[in-house]
Amino acid sequence: MVVNHEDIISHIKDNVGDVLKVIPDDYGVLIAEVSVHQVYKLISFLFKDLNYKFNILVDLCGVHYPDRKGEELGVVYHIQSMSLRTRIRLKVFVPIEKPEVPSLTGIYAAANWMERETYDFYGILFLGHPNLVRILNMDEMIDFPMRKEFPLEDPKRRDKEDFHFGR
Amino acid sequence: MSSQVTITEAPPGIEGQGFFATKLDQVVGLARKNSIWPLPFATSCCGIEFMSTMSSHYDLARFGSERLSFTPRQADLLMVMGTIAKKMGPVLRQVYEQMAEPRWVIAVGACASSGGIFDTYSVLQGIDLIIPVDVYVPGCPPRPEQIIDGVMRIQDLIGKESIRRRNSDEYKQLMEEYMIR
Repeated sequence: MVVNHEDIISHIKDNVGDVLKVIPDDYGVLIAEVSVHQVYKLISFLFKDLNYKFNILVDLCGVHYPDRKGEELGVVYHIQSMSLRTRIRLKVFVPIEKPEVPSLTGIYAAANWMERETYDFYGILFLGHPNLVRILNMDEMIDFPMRKEFPLEDPKRRDKEDFHFGR
Repeated sequence: MSSQVTITEAPPGIEGQGFFATKLDQVVGLARKNSIWPLPFATSCCGIEFMSTMSSHYDLARFGSERLSFTPRQADLLMVMGTIAKKMGPVLRQVYEQMAEPRWVIAVGACASSGGIFDTYSVLQGIDLIIPVDVYVPGCPPRPEQIIDGVMRIQDLIGKESIRRRNSDEYKQLMEEYMIR
């Protein structure tokens, strides 16, 4: 079965409501922004819908735009339908003061570790996650290193100062 | 091919008909330095160079180190080769703590010595932040010749070390600094 983007968009509109804010793309992928309140409902629908069956969570990652006030942190979902041979990229933005996004672990088991990784690097809290602890960094870490305010180099170290190298 | 066997030089001492007298330190040092059992702690590309160092072309066995010990309990020399992530730090420290005295440590390559190019949140900026290091081998990665040179510097240290050094206040203070019991 082959569907085009308009079919998917209107199908979503009929069943879930007007939740998509489509972002134009030149490379043939359907990209849309969704509000944080509707993302769980939308993905749950796309997963369960018998015509579409978006049954694979390909990727889930975080993103930080410090200049976008009120929607600094984002989560990007790539979901794939094996039967349609197509994928959708969904973006959710939340304010950095309250970085709370519903967890998809109830829909995709694959979301478990990806959400832990996103929490680890961006500090996005996935509500309803069974075990939201750090996965890659050491447990003692208090920062979220992929946020833009995190310094690239350790500001405390003194062994790289110019006078060590005769400059 | 001529079969030439080289034997280490005897330490200075008094030699006579049927006897040889020298210092115990030197005899023990001579024995220790020519029978080092290394423990390879290889995490990345320096470990690949070490494999080459152990293999027939470079052959670290010529220096009495043919027996790699894969348990820290039986090892004399901890060879840390490769990037040590901060998460790996406690593991490395535990391996060091499990080694029996006397023990030596060689940091092979830029990453083990200083963090190397990985000046970032996840990488330990030199293993000397958590365990004492005797010899640093520079290079990214160092060639097998350099690793062999590092092992020879370790041999020099071992050969000259007093057998009482590990009981000295200086050594105890060093362990204290690293909070190793």
